[in-house]
Amino acid sequence: MELQRKTDFIWEIPKQGEMKVPATIYASSRLLESVRNDLTLQQARNVACLPGIQRMSYVMPDAHQGYGFPIGGVAAFDMAEGIISPGGVGYDINCGVRLLRTDFAEQDIAARRKELLAEIFKEVPAGVGKGGITRLSRNVLKEILTKGAEWAAEHGYGTPEDLLMTEESGRMEDADPAFVSDRALERGIPQLGTLGAGNHFLEIQKVSHIYDRDLAAVFGISGVGQVMVMIHCGSRGLGHQVASDYIDLMENKLGTKGLPDRELIHAPIRSPLGQQYYKSMCAAVNYAFANRQLIAHWVRDVFAKVMGSAKGMRQVYDVCHNVAKIEKHTIAGKTREVCIHRKGATRSFGPGRREIPEAYRAKGQPVIIPGSMGTASYLLVGTAEAEELSFSSTAHGAGRIMSRHEALRRFRGEQIRDELQKKGIELQSTSWKGVAEEASAAYKDVDEVVRVSHEVGIGRLVARVVPVGVMKG
Amino acid sequence: MAEKFRFLDHTADAKFQAYGSTLEEAYANAALATVSLMWEPAGVEKKSDREVEVHGRDLEQLLVRYLGEIIYLFETQSFLVSAVERLSIEQRDCGFLLRAVLRGDDRPERYAFHGEVKAVTYNEMRIDLGCPVTLQVVVDI
Repeated sequence: MELQRKTDFIWEIPKQGEMKVPATIYASSRLLESVRNDLTLQQARNVACLPGIQRMSYVMPDAHQGYGFPIGGVAAFDMAEGIISPGGVGYDINCGVRLLRTDFAEQDIAARRKELLAEIFKEVPAGVGKGGITRLSRNVLKEILTKGAEWAAEHGYGTPEDLLMTEESGRMEDADPAFVSDRALERGIPQLGTLGAGNHFLEIQKVSHIYDRDLAAVFGISGVGQVMVMIHCGSRGLGHQVASDYIDLMENKLGTKGLPDRELIHAPIRSPLGQQYYKSMCAAVNYAFANRQLIAHWVRDVFAKVMGSAKGMRQVYDVCHNVAKIEKHTIAGKTREVCIHRKGATRSFGPGRREIPEAYRAKGQPVIIPGSMGTASYLLVGTAEAEELSFSSTAHGAGRIMSRHEALRRFRGEQIRDELQKKGIELQSTSWKGVAEEASAAYKDVDEVVRVSHEVGIGRLVARVVPVGVMKG
Repeated sequence: MAEKFRFLDHTADAKFQAYGSTLEEAYANAALATVSLMWEPAGVEKKSDREVEVHGRDLEQLLVRYLGEIIYLFETQSFLVSAVERLSIEQRDCGFLLRAVLRGDDRPERYAFHGEVKAVTYNEMRIDLGCPVTLQVVVDI
């Protein structure tokens, strides 16, 4: 496919054929190689053909092939002529990351690290088929779908400050559980407050490098060695069911004729079906916010029990990685509302946006980018330039480069545990096979991903963290 | 015995091909491929049954819904599939109707898990009615 080099890190697929806009790829030449090896570019081109797309079909530095849209795809659609697509959000709606800071330094927890991890492993249900807190009633679940993390805070699982430090304050107001199917509700009931499996993880980390001292201080990070906690999970079976349900409903209503890819199915954003998907997607987003809120609460409980105090365990921020939102953006000099899809991408608002919590507003939104299991993760900050470059979006993680199948051929879970242990990283998991599948060698280099984000200017480096304890589902 | 299914390389998720001398046999084997990502189907006791009935506007949607049913039964009833019996597919209501009896166990505590299937996708889906009948599916894991 024709790809024009704009700078070292910016590449463009010019408008051609059915494309309504060009596509822009943010990648170093090394990252571009892996993107060229799968269907990412074709998928970015398909997105550029969708009705009402604005300015550009964007591809983030960690992109890889997805369903319909690429993972790492960002696209904004006009509110009158544009569309909303379940495949543009992904199956794991509001898969996201939460970062907590602590007052502890590495040496404070050194002797209790194993115990901390073992206790978290006991308190936070993880892995396949593990149930959540309680059997929820359908009515309580619907309340959670309406209120998100707010429900959790109201019931003693967290504080008002946690909500402030969450994207959307932990609650998307447009959620309407009436449009969520019985089947999705049934899948949601046993899984609230569970980490799940696959690439989801919980890590005890330490700060290993600070790039911007002032910004780090604003986000609650004071020095190298400070202990942090990162939680990566999503909306579990409920979100997957919402995605499957609406792909089905849209297919049955609108047909699949002319679609290059069935998961590109979409409905006009203003149509009844488009609105129903949007409102039930918001409900799934809220479920995921509540899920991470519960897990964070239990982690604090464990720190209080093992370390004698959870004081200072404040939330730095919580970001969505798979979501569609109605946001105001400046397009061709005019500010207007669009329906923006971020699939495997993080919002990265620059200074001044009212969506950013007041304490951070003058500086920009914290962006949390988890690495693969056992490798570094990053805290970045959104920039003003990102508005023009990517509708205020950046990468969301490392991105796979090796199939799980291949990883299983090459690695053994126990061997990975031993290697991590040599590096001073404890590991707890419900499945050694799962550990082998998530081997860091199966992922792109997250350092390279955030370097591109920083150089392009869609999200700038603030701090780097490395794990000391890893819990995998 | 003919090969029931085979996994192919896929960067982010799991891609398999399920085979059969008939469409029905291939659909039955697609279920085994799907659950083999989570548990070892041959190791699960055939203690109870679940009857499933799924309609699809085409064979692709039928496959997505039928495999989705298996994930749904696991997540909501902790039912682990061991085998698929009496699977039939007929043309009905401008589409296809699949009926089958799933045999397995609803005591998950007895078994080891090694992965999670989150959703069945249309990505790279292929239904080839040649010989053998081949179904290619990518599941989100």
